[in-house]
Amino acid sequence: MLVVILLLLAAPFAAALVSLRAPARVTQAVTAVTGVGCFALVLALVPAASQHDLAYLSYLRIDAVSVVFLLATSFLYAAVAVYSIGYLARSRDADPGFARYSRRLYAGLNLFAWTMLAAPMMSNLALLWIAVEVTTVISALLVAIEDTDGAAEAAWKYILIASAGLGLALLATIFAYYAGAQVLGAHYDLSFAPLLQAGGRLPHTPVRLAFGLAVLGFGTKMGLVPMHTWLPDAHSEAPTPVSALLSGSLLAVSFYAILRYYQVAVAALGPRFPRDVLLAFGVASLLLAALYLFDQRDVKRLLAYSSVEHMGILAIGVSFGAPIALAGVLLHVLAHAAAKGNAFMGAGVLVRKFGGKRISAIGGGLDLLPWSGPLFGIAVLALCAMPPFGIFRSEFEIVQGGLAASSNAAAAVLIVLVTVAFLGLSITVNRMLLAPRPGGQAAGGAAALTRGEPSTWMVVPVVAGVAALLVLGVHPPAELTGLLARAVHQLGAAA
Amino acid sequence: MSAVAAPSVYAGGASVIAVGVLLAEFGMFRQALLRDQVRLYAAQSALISVLAVLVAAARHLPELYVLGALSAGLKVVIVPLVLRRLLRGIGRTGGQDGAGRDGAGAAADAGPGWTDIAGSGSLSVASTVLLAIAVAAFGFFAVGALDIHSPVLPPIALSISVSVSLVAFVLMIMRRDVASQAIGFLALENGISLTALVVAAGMPLILEVAFLFDLLVAVVVFELLIRVHHGRADSLSTAGLTRLRG
Repeated sequence: MLVVILLLLAAPFAAALVSLRAPARVTQAVTAVTGVGCFALVLALVPAASQHDLAYLSYLRIDAVSVVFLLATSFLYAAVAVYSIGYLARSRDADPGFARYSRRLYAGLNLFAWTMLAAPMMSNLALLWIAVEVTTVISALLVAIEDTDGAAEAAWKYILIASAGLGLALLATIFAYYAGAQVLGAHYDLSFAPLLQAGGRLPHTPVRLAFGLAVLGFGTKMGLVPMHTWLPDAHSEAPTPVSALLSGSLLAVSFYAILRYYQVAVAALGPRFPRDVLLAFGVASLLLAALYLFDQRDVKRLLAYSSVEHMGILAIGVSFGAPIALAGVLLHVLAHAAAKGNAFMGAGVLVRKFGGKRISAIGGGLDLLPWSGPLFGIAVLALCAMPPFGIFRSEFEIVQGGLAASSNAAAAVLIVLVTVAFLGLSITVNRMLLAPRPGGQAAGGAAALTRGEPSTWMVVPVVAGVAALLVLGVHPPAELTGLLARAVHQLGAAA
Repeated sequence: MSAVAAPSVYAGGASVIAVGVLLAEFGMFRQALLRDQVRLYAAQSALISVLAVLVAAARHLPELYVLGALSAGLKVVIVPLVLRRLLRGIGRTGGQDGAGRDGAGAAADAGPGWTDIAGSGSLSVASTVLLAIAVAAFGFFAVGALDIHSPVLPPIALSISVSVSLVAFVLMIMRRDVASQAIGFLALENGISLTALVVAAGMPLILEVAFLFDLLVAVVVFELLIRVHHGRADSLSTAGLTRLRG
């Protein structure tokens, strides 16, 4: 297993180094192979992690919870690595700066994936913070990579807001150390496992502070309202492969960090305080995002607000605390990664086809794009929790958990707001896919678009995503249910 | 260290240094030039390094000598150098094409005072400082009410360190040019370093070094993005950053 883990840590980094030197074609192949390979490696971890925790070299620790997040990240990494081949295909001939752009994008993508794969493997809250901080700086550069005013603005807002947030998360780390050192002695090294074991002996005030600051700090990166303001900007201005990774993986990794603090807080303080905090942030996120979904003019901003919505659902799900709700939350992380990755990749094809992100300029997608049109529609339906896709199952479990925990009011609020979000999302997307293209006929030949896909490479990963969503929704494999059961036990064991 | 007895020389000295850190931050509010602000940042960082060495000597924590030296090297020398180089580069290009710049939102670096700081449009310096005092007082008393005792420093140091962090947020929010916002972030990081020194002096050195390294990476990326911003807007002002909304 150690070999698998070291390979997971080394491969994306090596791919990033290759991207800096090799010609574009080699880079594309290497990145695609690395992405798919990483996903395979994580799959190889699943059986072992569902049996016992893996701890190596004193800084690596992988348990079932980490593997869930590794699965989400590596799946998207693979999808995005393949998708990028098609994404960059057109600009290759047209743009003289292509080689430079491609080199930077690929090096950034690989490094970004590397840090996001590293974060859930850390055994130590300090290293976890560092990994998350490094994801921020790399992704900020990736957001700025498109040489536009919007990208520069989004990147600046992102790095400033996220860094300030992570400053609070660093304070959380320091207070976690203080709490741990009271029980475990001054040479405590911020390892996670002993902190969790110390549990009820930890002093309450610093743990409370640490948890609150962690939710504020990592919550900034997770996109919880009201710290979400960077998120729609960064998601809409970044190149599509980066948007998909930001939304499906980066937010999840930040959520992972919050989950670790949640475990400690539950062990030390009991479930009440951490759940109340998460419920408040979750409902605020869900409410605001659901309302914002009605009034979006930019397709990628629309999907970004949908991410805020889903992060709210995750926070609410954890606040329910019932085992079935926690299982739903972890499944939701996986399903959201697949669905949101698909939606962004589909939106990327629409943007390419119609030459812009403005929703008003997009229409008749179903006719013009024989594959991506329907696939985008499916991705959005999956995001709205339509059966038979994974998010239906996960949200169903979360609601069921809410009722089981007798949080009836919160469960009802959740259902109402998810329905509102469904309306907002589906109305807009219907317009893009079914309604005829505004002005398309009137503008005459120049504006007329021919039916066809820009690139097969941009379709293949989306088909894989739909397959994953179907598997998660219809019949999750036994290995996965075993993994989730163990992860739920770890999250709930302290409760 | 009861409230009645006079503090020891060590406790008194440490508290004075902590107060100095906070004062340096208030100094940043009234500076009109970025260069002076960078200088104040270097002074603030130097104070924190001195405090680290002081704690190392008084409490026999030899690792803190190393931390003090590293943090001085990074935050007193390297980061200010990076920032000055950035400002010089921007000053040069700004001076050359300054004539052709359109006035909208670019007032921040017009003319020879290219490193003028763009303060808040809505609050004067005096009001901003008053706000910062209120925020600092809130942090000071709120943390004082908590039951957290430093193993190495007088309790007042923790309250001050949290005030430093909170005031850094005011600094970031109230400034409207990218370089000052970045310095606000660095001041926030200084506040956190101070907190770490107070409550987590025994933290393993390797982690502290990792934090510092991470700060270096962040500073480099901040610098890059400031250049990107300046390259596009031809100004350090954030007044033009209003395209993305809703």
